[in-house]
Amino acid sequence: MKNTIGREIPKLIKGFGKTDLFIGAWEKLKKGWMDEITIPPPNKAKMPHQCKSCSGLEQAIARTSPKNGMTVSFHHHLRNGDNILVKTIDILAKMGIKDITLASSSLNQSHDALLKYLKDGTITKIWTSGLRGLLGKAISNGILDQPIIIHSHGGRVRAIHTGKIQVDLVIIAASAADEEGNATGSHGKSAFGSLGYAMIDAQYAKQVIVVTDNMVDFPCIPNSISQNFVDYVVKVDSIGDASQIATGTTRITKSPLDLRIAKLAANVIEHSGFFIPGFSFQVGAGGASLAVAKFIREKMTQQNLKGSFLLGGVTSYIVNMLEEGLFKTVFDVQSFDAAVSSSILNNKNHIEIPAGLYANPFNCGCLTNKLDVVVLGALEIDTNFNVNVITGSDGTIRGASGGHSDTASGANLTVVVCPSFRGRVAIVKKTIHTVVTPGETIDVLVTERGICVNPNKPELEEQLIKAGLPIKKIEDLQKEVESIVGIEKKIEFTDKIVGIVEYRDGTIIDVIRQVKD
Amino acid sequence: MLYIPGNNPAMLQQGGVYGADSLLLDLEDAVAINQKDAARILVRNILKEMNFYDAEICVRVNHIDTPFGMEDLEEIVPLQPDAIRFPKTETPEELKRLIKIIENIEDKHGLPHDKMTLHVMIETALGVQNVFDIAKLSNRVDAITIGGQDLTADMNISSTKDGSGIDLARKMIVMAAKANKIDAIDTVFVDINDDEGLRKDTEYSKNIGFTGKAVINPRQIDIIHKVYQPTQEEIRKAYKIIKAFKKNKEAGIGVFSVDGKMVDAPVMARAAYVLELAEIDFDSI
Repeated sequence: MKNTIGREIPKLIKGFGKTDLFIGAWEKLKKGWMDEITIPPPNKAKMPHQCKSCSGLEQAIARTSPKNGMTVSFHHHLRNGDNILVKTIDILAKMGIKDITLASSSLNQSHDALLKYLKDGTITKIWTSGLRGLLGKAISNGILDQPIIIHSHGGRVRAIHTGKIQVDLVIIAASAADEEGNATGSHGKSAFGSLGYAMIDAQYAKQVIVVTDNMVDFPCIPNSISQNFVDYVVKVDSIGDASQIATGTTRITKSPLDLRIAKLAANVIEHSGFFIPGFSFQVGAGGASLAVAKFIREKMTQQNLKGSFLLGGVTSYIVNMLEEGLFKTVFDVQSFDAAVSSSILNNKNHIEIPAGLYANPFNCGCLTNKLDVVVLGALEIDTNFNVNVITGSDGTIRGASGGHSDTASGANLTVVVCPSFRGRVAIVKKTIHTVVTPGETIDVLVTERGICVNPNKPELEEQLIKAGLPIKKIEDLQKEVESIVGIEKKIEFTDKIVGIVEYRDGTIIDVIRQVKD
Repeated sequence: MLYIPGNNPAMLQQGGVYGADSLLLDLEDAVAINQKDAARILVRNILKEMNFYDAEICVRVNHIDTPFGMEDLEEIVPLQPDAIRFPKTETPEELKRLIKIIENIEDKHGLPHDKMTLHVMIETALGVQNVFDIAKLSNRVDAITIGGQDLTADMNISSTKDGSGIDLARKMIVMAAKANKIDAIDTVFVDINDDEGLRKDTEYSKNIGFTGKAVINPRQIDIIHKVYQPTQEEIRKAYKIIKAFKKNKEAGIGVFSVDGKMVDAPVMARAAYVLELAEIDFDSI
């Protein structure tokens, strides 16, 4: 069966069940409610003055009575410095627990050590928004019998609400916590900022363990995780590699190519009609995407223009824009560098938000819906503006859905920035390996070789042409790229489905097939 | 003018996207001796295949007295880039030799002698002394450029950020170019992280008469463009002068004033140049 963007999706997928096909970015929202039933969070109880402290992670895990087939969840706010996730699975494996469903909000290279647990059946299923490193490669090569499920940040909250992900145990690493489990990421030697992705798990998991390397006197203030959700508290020596958790100030790229793209993108934003007093803005943390912030900052300063709010993954550059008064507020679901933690702690206009408020499509006010402008990256983009941010040019999983489709769906203006090709590999292509974000939600593509406007936005195209920007048809750009890099050899896949890409509303937008050896 | 090493495929294929007015595909100093062949073949192929958009394409060949110069010319001249840049030019005689070689190659391929121009590069004290005669030697020479790094070495002086050691040479080169009504292109500013230093150096370069400046990193292009572009005030003033000129011409008046200042031929010429830089059509006024 094909979904509305022409991706071939089987009716039934082994290890997943019946598929609900993607029918359009906003179709399921039009009703005003979600068809699926929301499951209630667990009701738990503690005796007065019952002690939650455990002597170590082993003891805490043992107290939760782990069992085969359980779902264990984690947050990825520790980025590449995380050592709690692997340590937890080590403990569960030592206890002989098998058939675990891993439901981390994302996975990265710091989790490469899990590979052995995929091989020996300790972990048999994964829900995540992203996957990189050895795990991505092994899963693409078919190491698991069941496909992994890739969700967006907003989609993860929906999946927990609907019980698609039923968390038995969540381990929440925190840079400071007290004996009752009030916890934060905003201070302590391993401070990492927002705990936005862990909040939903704290509410819905059957058992909640808070792990910290900085036990503070009760009460831990401020707290992002509240004690009423927490079963056990553990003090450990370290929650991870501080140098990888709290990386220094994020710097703007010096790559001339990225700067060229970013400058064009900033010009697009300036002339889009949305660069007006009170506008809201989100950019990613890497390469050209963050560099757009630099040029927007310059334009706002020159024109004395003040915005409303900044959203999303937050870098120190974004914090600087807040402190300069260019924006009124930062809503922070995930912080990217060390400087952000102190801002979240000390600046009342820097507000930590849960993932549901950030991007869950099924509520009455996710912040992505109020976003004016978002700048996003891409691993590949096709001539229908569909974007792949999950699989690389070799067909293996090496990226993250993250908030890509959430913000693209919500923003008034979604700008994708990427080079038209990298090395000898085309980024702008006729067809892409995997669709994560549907083209109908992408308004403009900005590359070093020109700007392409989605044909569903003719007025925008006219405005940008009037502003003298180098606009071309995406089909022409694709042909130009092909004339430079040639036609790539097609990657061969088997019929086995190794990954399912859920759109934020729970429908299936694409599947990832096993790469042939 | 953006320098691109001839042996760097990634930079070559993206050269046209940065908005530089011209690209210098370099086979000379930016290429190590053991890479000369590879660079020559790469530049030859890229000239055949690549779209550099609106940028003028200039190839810097090795000097004809090196083991690589002749082969460079044999490969590149038949492709007729917009210009060939000849390095370390010291005397009119060696330039004459170069032109003869180029014309022989062009004859061999049935190509005209007036399509591809020459940029001569002055990089030694002797070259500076001879620059006027070099510049006037041939109509094919349409730009003189200065190689600051080599000139500094030839003069046995230290390189300074303000370029004070080569200041006289810069001015002599500008003067020779102006006297022959051709372009003078200034040397690179090597500290790619010093935007303010680049801006000041470019302003100085513009003030002493250079018509353009070479860059070694695409990040430097915007600053140079900003300096060389006329300001809105300059454009407005030039527009008024040209408008007044047209009006007075119809009335048969030769000398007139704008905003209380007399306008004569040099002022007119300057105003026309400003409008040309701003890409404003003279006839549309």
